[in-house]
Amino acid sequence: MNTVILLIAILGLTAYGYQIGRRRALGTVNGERRRLHSLPEYHGAYVALWCLVPVVIIVFAWLIFETTIINGILVTSLPTEQQALPKSQLELLLNEIANIAAGTRQGADIDPYKIAAARQYSNLSLVSTGLQVVLVLIAGGVGLALAKRQISARFRSRHSVERMIRIMLVICSTIAILTTIGIVLSLMFEAMRFFAKVSALEFLFGLHWSPQTALRADQVGSTGAFGAVPIFTGTLLITMISMLVAVPVGLMSAIYMAEYATPKVRGIVKPLLEILAGVPTVVYGFFAALTVGPFIRDFGDSVGLSVASESALAAGLVMGIMIIPFVSSLSDDIINAVPQSLRDGAYAVGATRSETVKQVVIPAALPGIVGSILLAVSRAIGETMIVVMAAGLSANLTANPLEAVTTVTVQIVTLLVGDQEFDSAKTLAAFALGLVLFVVTLILNVIALTVVRKYREKYD
Amino acid sequence: MENMAMALDSPVNDEPAVTEETKVSARDVGVFYGEANALRDVNIDFKVNQVTSLIGPSGCGKSTFIRCLNRMNDTIDSCRVVGSIIMDGRDIYSRDVDPVELRARVGMVFQKPNPFPKSIYDNIAYGPRIHGMASRGGELDAIVEGSLRSAGLWEEVKDRLAEPGTGLSGGQQQRLCIARAIAVSPEVILMDEPCSALDPIATAKIEELIDELRQNYTIVIVTHSMQQAARVSQRTAFFHLGNLVEQGDTEHIFTNPDDDRTKAYITGRIG
Repeated sequence: MNTVILLIAILGLTAYGYQIGRRRALGTVNGERRRLHSLPEYHGAYVALWCLVPVVIIVFAWLIFETTIINGILVTSLPTEQQALPKSQLELLLNEIANIAAGTRQGADIDPYKIAAARQYSNLSLVSTGLQVVLVLIAGGVGLALAKRQISARFRSRHSVERMIRIMLVICSTIAILTTIGIVLSLMFEAMRFFAKVSALEFLFGLHWSPQTALRADQVGSTGAFGAVPIFTGTLLITMISMLVAVPVGLMSAIYMAEYATPKVRGIVKPLLEILAGVPTVVYGFFAALTVGPFIRDFGDSVGLSVASESALAAGLVMGIMIIPFVSSLSDDIINAVPQSLRDGAYAVGATRSETVKQVVIPAALPGIVGSILLAVSRAIGETMIVVMAAGLSANLTANPLEAVTTVTVQIVTLLVGDQEFDSAKTLAAFALGLVLFVVTLILNVIALTVVRKYREKYD
Repeated sequence: MENMAMALDSPVNDEPAVTEETKVSARDVGVFYGEANALRDVNIDFKVNQVTSLIGPSGCGKSTFIRCLNRMNDTIDSCRVVGSIIMDGRDIYSRDVDPVELRARVGMVFQKPNPFPKSIYDNIAYGPRIHGMASRGGELDAIVEGSLRSAGLWEEVKDRLAEPGTGLSGGQQQRLCIARAIAVSPEVILMDEPCSALDPIATAKIEELIDELRQNYTIVIVTHSMQQAARVSQRTAFFHLGNLVEQGDTEHIFTNPDDDRTKAYITGRIG
């Protein structure tokens, strides 16, 4: 509630700043807009920004430091034996105090020192909120007043506003980049912890995957082998099957849409195909697990083949169907980008439509098509839900699509789902697998994008 | 007017090796794009071994008309052609004529050079290959060399036939496209503003080439440059707002046109 009021106050202050900035700018030139260096709206925005930016900084500072500071004060007032607790338990205690203060933890069995601490916690919170409100209002007011005083006819408020906006844009894009870097670093550090326990060579080249580690000496079947080759081959197998479906079907439909379909048909077919891209992968997943998998198994039985009900074939087929729209829609764009003049040239020497497509259009579009296929491959490798539901868990080293295989993504899911300890090799293996996945898809994406960009430059 | 007269003095036009054999004749040809009537009642004959130029202001229908002659308009969905175009006694729009076959007999060169992103050799060999014109490799080599020679490009590219055609200069690319059209031995060559993207020197080369080619082909050329029409063609047709206004010997059209609109156009008052 308090936050909402504060927010409204800040917005009100900003709007007020905009108004007085604008009015003052007009006032200094007696309403002759042309004598101003910048439009009055820029003067208004200048004042508003000087009001808003310090306020936002204070609010963020509060968000980041408030809890730490309050907890710090709280700990010093706790009995000495509690102060000496290890860090994790101390955090639990502080949490409990916060709960007592909020009234969610009640009862007669609470230690009196905790109740005292909770009371102090409430007081501190109150003081902190009050302080925040006061500081925000002062900062906003001071910023507003200072900015207002600067406004004059020759003041270059447009430059200042545009600079501030540019800085904001830079900050936004930096956030995205820093997040990526953060994710990569955390992946790398966790993976390094894993490689401290299991050698990288064994991980990359070992042929046996059985990540269950024995908790007791007498457990059987929990050898803790971390050879990831079966997982890589499983991923490769399923990716290959899905590409065998997606590339021909996607490419052919792209050619049909770009070269043969009338605009009317294209207007219907293209959105329909793109609906495939809108189906949630989990829906594909149960389609694969409950419809395609059993169908393939039954069909295999009827012709005398033994097929696992969670076969690589089922997962790969469905994943291929999922990827069709990626291939078709990217390839369609690229085929459309081939200049009409090339087609005219081919028609003019008497080429049929199919000769034109085969020998002129497709070769001209080939780099782009390869790029779109690589993007599709990296998507297939990273796809999770379908394989979790339909591909099975056993890490078989096999090239037989009728057997059950497992993939990198499936293993990551199974290693991390549920309550896990984060210092065993078993859990850490997920990060190593994630790192491999990340590196592979990154390389594929970089190659694909370079290829596509090179192609674009050629015709634009 | 003076410019015109000077242009007509150029020696290129002096040899009237004119036969009066008609190769293609258009009768009451009209073109519709959807509902819009882009071209009306065009009647014109194209004679063997003559260059006929189609002139007129932008949007007058001359490009639309030239694209009727090899049925390139078929590739545009909304386009409908009425009337008849007779080539060697047969209507090229009748049901039993295959546009693909027709285009092998009626070659076309476009406004912007459009070499395929293939080697120079493959650019020329493309047409002969799809029509199965050469059964042995040696024959194909001969066709490629012959076409490049006819297009006056052989000496410039003979040592780099394997390099991409897109790496040539604009004028060379356009001559490559002419060679590509010649390679399938057409009977008629259509040129849709072949020099509009070229500099004067490259233009002069192409014009020379057109005059040489006329010994063997029937040539129809669309051009915006009246000087060019006067230099290269024996007959000229003037289009205006979708009508064929006037046609006749080039000299006649440029010195003594019958129609006021033609006069206005060639003196630069409309267009």
